[in-house]
Amino acid sequence: MAPLVYALTALLGAAAVVIGLSGMLGAPWTVHVAWLVPLGGLSLQMDALAGLFVALVGAATIPTSLYAIGYTAGERRGCVAYGVFVAAMLVVPLAGNVMTFALAWELMSLASYVLVLDGARAGRESGASAHAAWVYALMTHAGLACLLAGMLLLTAWTGSARFADWALAAPALDAGARSLAWVLLALGFAAKAGGVPLHVWLPLAHPAAPSHVSALMSGVMIKLGVYGLLRASFVWLAPALPWWGALLLLIGALSAVIGVLYAIVDRDLKRLLAFSSIENVGIVLVGVGGAVTFAATTLPDLALLALAAALAHVVNHAAFKSLLFMAAGGVQHGAGTRDMEALGGLVKRQPWTAACFLVGAVAIAGLPPLNGFVSEWLTFQALLQNVRLPQPALNLVFALAIAGLALAAGLAVACFVKAFGITFLALPRSAAAAAAHEVPVTMRAAMTATALACAALALGAPWLVPALVRVGATLVPAAPPVTLDTWLTLDVSADFARLSMPAVALALAAGVLLPLALLVVVRARPRARRYETWSCGRLLQTARMEYTAIAFADPFTRVFDFFYRPARRLDVDRHPESRFFVRRIRYENPTRFIVDEWLYRPLNRLLRATTRRAAIVQSGSPNLYLAYVLAALLALLLLV
Amino acid sequence: MHVALLAVLQVLVVALGAPLLIGTVRTVKARLVGRRGPAPWQPYRDLRKLLGKTPVVSETTSWIFRITPYVLAGAMLVAAVAAPVLTSRPPLAFAGIILLMSLFLLGTFFLALAGLDAGSAFGGMGSSREVAVAALAEPTVILAVFTLALHANTTNLGGIVEHVAAEPLLTLNPAHLLAFAAFFIVMLAETGRLPVDNPATHLELTMIHEAMVLEYSARHLALVEWAGAMKLLVFLTLLANLFFPWGVAADVSAPAIALGLLALGGKLAILTAALALLETAIAKLRLFRVPELLAGSFALGVLAVSAVFLLR
Repeated sequence: MAPLVYALTALLGAAAVVIGLSGMLGAPWTVHVAWLVPLGGLSLQMDALAGLFVALVGAATIPTSLYAIGYTAGERRGCVAYGVFVAAMLVVPLAGNVMTFALAWELMSLASYVLVLDGARAGRESGASAHAAWVYALMTHAGLACLLAGMLLLTAWTGSARFADWALAAPALDAGARSLAWVLLALGFAAKAGGVPLHVWLPLAHPAAPSHVSALMSGVMIKLGVYGLLRASFVWLAPALPWWGALLLLIGALSAVIGVLYAIVDRDLKRLLAFSSIENVGIVLVGVGGAVTFAATTLPDLALLALAAALAHVVNHAAFKSLLFMAAGGVQHGAGTRDMEALGGLVKRQPWTAACFLVGAVAIAGLPPLNGFVSEWLTFQALLQNVRLPQPALNLVFALAIAGLALAAGLAVACFVKAFGITFLALPRSAAAAAAHEVPVTMRAAMTATALACAALALGAPWLVPALVRVGATLVPAAPPVTLDTWLTLDVSADFARLSMPAVALALAAGVLLPLALLVVVRARPRARRYETWSCGRLLQTARMEYTAIAFADPFTRVFDFFYRPARRLDVDRHPESRFFVRRIRYENPTRFIVDEWLYRPLNRLLRATTRRAAIVQSGSPNLYLAYVLAALLALLLLV
Repeated sequence: MHVALLAVLQVLVVALGAPLLIGTVRTVKARLVGRRGPAPWQPYRDLRKLLGKTPVVSETTSWIFRITPYVLAGAMLVAAVAAPVLTSRPPLAFAGIILLMSLFLLGTFFLALAGLDAGSAFGGMGSSREVAVAALAEPTVILAVFTLALHANTTNLGGIVEHVAAEPLLTLNPAHLLAFAAFFIVMLAETGRLPVDNPATHLELTMIHEAMVLEYSARHLALVEWAGAMKLLVFLTLLANLFFPWGVAADVSAPAIALGLLALGGKLAILTAALALLETAIAKLRLFRVPELLAGSFALGVLAVSAVFLLR
């Protein structure tokens, strides 16, 4: 039964790609069914932006559903929730009024909550716990509360619960009122997107879910938060104010740096990927923030460029992050663990999984010739042109964002050297890793297809980017800032910057083959001799001589100890006779999360203290509660 | 057609000139400390010797280890075509600093993986240190060149060279000088020179780059060393041509290119001498002091970019 559900979901995804692409390129349409849903009816509204996200969700669903068939091995648990999750994600971008949106949004959150809890309960995903699902539920509902508050305020002010009416009525609203609504909506959407400091659920929930669900959660679900931010900033509450954009720029830069910093030190492969999702959402948010700032300061062409960059990163991240999560699931499937300290040498036991992970790693590290490079490049080009802004304060915000993004890009390379190198290379660090097996053919097919998609998105950049510019132009009308020049070159802002991905790929291929060809021509290729690794004349090479994940990250732990707040604990058990004989050494070096320490722990303490105070009125005696009712009634009578 | 010829010429200059550059640095350094030292063309002999030997490949390694030298050399060759070496508009005309830095990072990425592949503690140590240095150095390069890009209103390297060449006074601009300082420090880190890494040592505790490539031998080692030399040459060329674009050919004609080659040779000679002098005069930093140096250069880069906005 379960494979059938997954196959149907894949078909649903394929249908969504067709519908989404037709909506993205064709005319907008609306569907209204008044009787289906109370308070306004079911209302679906297709336009270019919604079409893009529907197509994206659909496209990501096809490989993950195929992957799920092999990954779950016929187990029925969770397959219905998976279908509901995908369907709800497809409805969210199409929602045309508050009720439809709230229902789809909540269904999406609930279904993914069930899946997270399920992964935790089934014990299939090691290290997961009900705590992860609990934090996820808490954060997602806090976000929903903010969203509903913002939407109800807008409904009250504009007198309509239909999104189309908001766009018409918003310009007449007071700037302060619009800002209040924007802050509430942005809080809700940023919590879903995983922007720092609202990201705390992400590194807990994403690793806990089954890998095909993690792929969708990180690949597309968090992007729906970005979708909401775009809708709120450019449609519902337009015209935007400059400080909204500046705030998003700062949050984006902070998310990018903090996300990748925690990714580097993590030893759980899937949690590392979850932290890296925070980084990539940060890059997207920087693009969105740039777009909002430019749009608010009447530079529509730059706003459109930044918007296209953000959308490009949304699309690219969906491809390589779902690929990486699927490959990490493959490691879990084959070796039974995701702890990097117990892995190693998988490139020999799982060659397909390793090759697919490598493609994803190169792409996410923003290296040419794959797709991550294109969108990071485009984001930089949009941010750099902030020199056209006359306000020095905004310029400095942009400079900070550029510096943060550049730092995050460098750290991401280090992070994925570690993720791939420690997991897949050298000798296996445990018996389980030594006995790992390659994953079933459905999983391999899904991963290979996604890896090819990463390459196609890079080589197809000359067509993808202009298409995204057209989508963005429905939000920010402006002359297209990216044009296609000879040799498939993307020309940004009239010769500000140029890039031809096909030419880069071709040059790289030629560059790699040239030395090889030269060596063949001069016949300087004696057959290599296989021998053991040199290591100062020791006798036997074992996995204990390898660098570990923690050791690899050590330079970063030292340099950025401000963020990690490492708590070094050294516990040496000496022999009672002589202190020179050590029986056992226990060393712990856990990292702590600065956001938890500074924000959530005090918040938690405050909340507990407040509830303790409030608990005084709860005595448990029925007479007292009757007295409360009477007092409340009297007070009401007196007041009204 | 002209562009293709220029590309071939530029690849030849970088590929063949790189070992000479390394050799010159070594010779000058030897003379500065009172040794005779090898001839400047010694690296060519070394490379030829390495090419004739039988490679020894660890049994622990995978295909990553074997493809890395080619990926690395390939990335550096593309970087050679993407940098403004002879003419202001490089053959890969659209190239900007982000592409160039990403190519270097691509090389570092694979080299660090290869370091981990053999499963020895040396390789892992070298990889870990190398990516740490690269990760901290990359943002500085990007910021430094962005400073120039903001003046020139293009991130295209060719456009930047033309702009700086057209405004000679720009070389004295404070933002420009800050960016130069930041770029110079990062060049030392990225190419594994003193005070960040010592290219002449194989002492276990201090080496970074050499530890990472310890398992390589014969033609693989030759490719890795050659690629490292090309990286140094391209970095020094960027330093010379982006910040002081005197003599860089403005068009693709034989006399202009000949002049460009001469000017490049002269500028590289000065930079080489400066590098050798610096390497003789200073000691290697302790490994965990290196980030302080890089943080300093990052701060210089941020200051440079901010100065562009504040001083316009």
